[in-house]
Amino acid sequence: MGKIIEFIVLLLLCPLIGGIITKIKNNLRFRRGPSIFQPYFNLIKYFSKDEVISDKASWIFKATPYIVFASTATALLLIPIVSLDNPLSLAGDFFAVIFLLGLGRFFLALAGIDPATTFGGMGTSREIFIASFVEPVTILAILVIALSAGTTNLNSIVSLLHMNPSTIMAMFSLIMIAIAETSRIPIDNQETHLELTMIHEAMLLEYSGKSLGLLEFSTYLKQLLFFSIIAIVFLPAFSGPVFFLLKILGLSVLVSIVELSLSKMRLFRVVDFLSFAGILSVMAIIALILGV
Amino acid sequence: MLFILFVLSMLMVVVEANVFHFLIAWELMSLVSYFLVIFDTENKKSIEAGTIYIVMTHFGTALLIIAFLLMYRHSGSFDFNTIQASLSSMSSMQRNIIFLLLFFGFGTKAGIVPLHIWLPYAHPQAPSHISSVMSGVMIKTAIYGMIRFIIIMLGVSSLWWGELIMVFAAITCLVGVLYALMENDIKTVLAYSSVENIGIILLGIGSSMIFIKAGLPILATLSMCAALYHLVNHAVFKGLLFLGAGSVYRATGTRNLEKLGGLINKMPWTCSFFLIGSMAISALPPLNGFVSEWLLLIVLFLGAAALTGGLKLFICLAAAVLSMTGALAAACFVKAFGITFLARPRSPKAENAKESNFLMNFGMAILATLVVLLGLGGVYIIEVLVRVSQTILGSDIDPISINNIILRPQPAQNIYLSPLILAVLLFSFAALAYLLKRLFGKEKTVTAGTWDCGYYKLTSRNEYTGTGISKPLRIAFSFFLLPFRKIEKIRETRYFIKSFSYETHTTKVFREYLYKVFLGQMFRFARNMRGIQIGSIHIYLGYICLTIILLIVFVGRF
Repeated sequence: MGKIIEFIVLLLLCPLIGGIITKIKNNLRFRRGPSIFQPYFNLIKYFSKDEVISDKASWIFKATPYIVFASTATALLLIPIVSLDNPLSLAGDFFAVIFLLGLGRFFLALAGIDPATTFGGMGTSREIFIASFVEPVTILAILVIALSAGTTNLNSIVSLLHMNPSTIMAMFSLIMIAIAETSRIPIDNQETHLELTMIHEAMLLEYSGKSLGLLEFSTYLKQLLFFSIIAIVFLPAFSGPVFFLLKILGLSVLVSIVELSLSKMRLFRVVDFLSFAGILSVMAIIALILGV
Repeated sequence: MLFILFVLSMLMVVVEANVFHFLIAWELMSLVSYFLVIFDTENKKSIEAGTIYIVMTHFGTALLIIAFLLMYRHSGSFDFNTIQASLSSMSSMQRNIIFLLLFFGFGTKAGIVPLHIWLPYAHPQAPSHISSVMSGVMIKTAIYGMIRFIIIMLGVSSLWWGELIMVFAAITCLVGVLYALMENDIKTVLAYSSVENIGIILLGIGSSMIFIKAGLPILATLSMCAALYHLVNHAVFKGLLFLGAGSVYRATGTRNLEKLGGLINKMPWTCSFFLIGSMAISALPPLNGFVSEWLLLIVLFLGAAALTGGLKLFICLAAAVLSMTGALAAACFVKAFGITFLARPRSPKAENAKESNFLMNFGMAILATLVVLLGLGGVYIIEVLVRVSQTILGSDIDPISINNIILRPQPAQNIYLSPLILAVLLFSFAALAYLLKRLFGKEKTVTAGTWDCGYYKLTSRNEYTGTGISKPLRIAFSFFLLPFRKIEKIRETRYFIKSFSYETHTTKVFREYLYKVFLGQMFRFARNMRGIQIGSIHIYLGYICLTIILLIVFVGRF
């Protein structure tokens, strides 16, 4: 029961993180920026509008928002955030979370191709390219954490994990992955709507109204998912709602500063960025072997 | 008729208990499948594919024959049990040689890189239902051979055997999937993806051998179980995908992705079945590919947790390779499915496609149902396969205790996975999303053209192409794929281009730098040998005489 309440609260809170990050970024740039509740206004706006669907699009295009939402929400449900005895950990472990995200990505990539537009195909092409590097790096980082805890069971990871040099390296690797997965600078840019540079937004280009709202909402969920994973790994002894919120806030500040201080990378430089994250994880494994 | 013989010969391969009979069945299988590959005798490409196939498969068989003869010399028997009993007294040097011969001999049939060269030629050329059996079942007989002869009969005697298999498996995975991504012929894509999946299966078998030597019998059993699970899964979904590709080929007359598109409206059933196959091969939950790849990943993790030193890192890297293969396979099938079935038709052939008849769809429906059942019922499948793996490895572990570690709910820090619960969760969240939408009023949709940036008429030429989608990966992996591109512009005047031609393809490294070089050497050797072919019958008689004397000496000496 506690888990259900926690999950509903998280569903309601997740757009707030997006709003806070935008606010921090604007304040750091000495701008006022929109209110931190702006994502809610946007979502309500999207949900109350009609949809325009391309005449070339098939049922895949219509089904994708549901599948993306379902896979992200299921993945988030598996992560123990405040309540540590999540009964749903019987459904899947840490690796299953990554596979679930793959399901959403697969359909989103197909939906990019579906309406027969060039931009969608461009987004799909780039998304599957980046995903091919993100996934192995994510698995490596998770392996480090799981090896430190001795299990991939998410409930037990929280209680068994202790901070050591390896998990710190894995955490940095995860932060880089989170930046890539939540389509932020330097990998992607959420703010731009210039077709030639966008990745995630390009796949959503043909969506409007309620479907767009659902996909935006899934993006916020995914962001929360990655932030929560990092929150689990960072100072695992300090859990509980207050510490969780503090960690998420700290991460938001970190991500905002990264977004402000870097510029977007050329697509093929992304490989270097993610390889760095991968090498960090490999070094973490070596540190584990050496028993540092 | 040939098809029945083919199935029969594959059956014989797995039931024979005598090396000699095994070889006869093996050869029968190879020869019948050769005739099936060149079924379309009018086509020059089929003949070429058949020739490459038969040469390569006999290279493999030759290695096997040497291995079997060495075994025979030691044991003096062709019977499996007798050989197995006598092999324990064999020296480690001989064991190593036999292992290498068997691994590369069966590896040729399985299609490990760099011996995979025949597979992308032979599989696409055979009729689609034959391809589905060849990819789904025939290459698995080689895996059977490896398990039967290397693990059961020879017994794993060194750690490096498992490591060698895993290194080759990792290369096979990545090379297979990268080539699959670069291809635009839908059946060649599937053939290369078979290479990749053989790599995944061998990763399981290799890790199982490592765990045997490292003294981790439970993990060895689980690892074998994951490999067998993936083997069954691949047989089902690859069969399904080949049948789907065959259905598309029959409807449109082309296998070229760049000429397809928009078939989702014309062939809704084929499309749905192909989608299920694509999802399964991309390891998406809750289908069967996901369960077996997840199991393999978990076994690798448990192995890494139990091992120390360099082996730990080795196993971790294998897990990374496995997940990279998974991600690239997903990319590959986003391309294969998306370009074939979605968006606008790219040619009149695709525009006039019609749905296949009931029987073709029914065949695919059976396999698609199996894909779903093998995924959702993962717990029961693993229970059965664990028992099979125990028989293979001869380990006496209670199957319940193994299931308690994985999948069966138990307190403490066990690792669980339940595809069924995941499926229920996914469906309930999709329903929740629907309710969320309805909360804000009735759904109203307007159909309009795709946004065209103000350009008044988009055609199928404005779509992204299959080549285009895989372009970033082609550039990122250009050190291995060595892409070639040629642009030709024919100008009428300085400013007006009359025609424009663009050509691009990747270089097949192994074909160009391994096989071509080897063949060149062979031809040179043959030319040099021409010197002894003088034309005089007396000289030839002399050669025969000399050969006989040499043979007599040889027999006397050894």
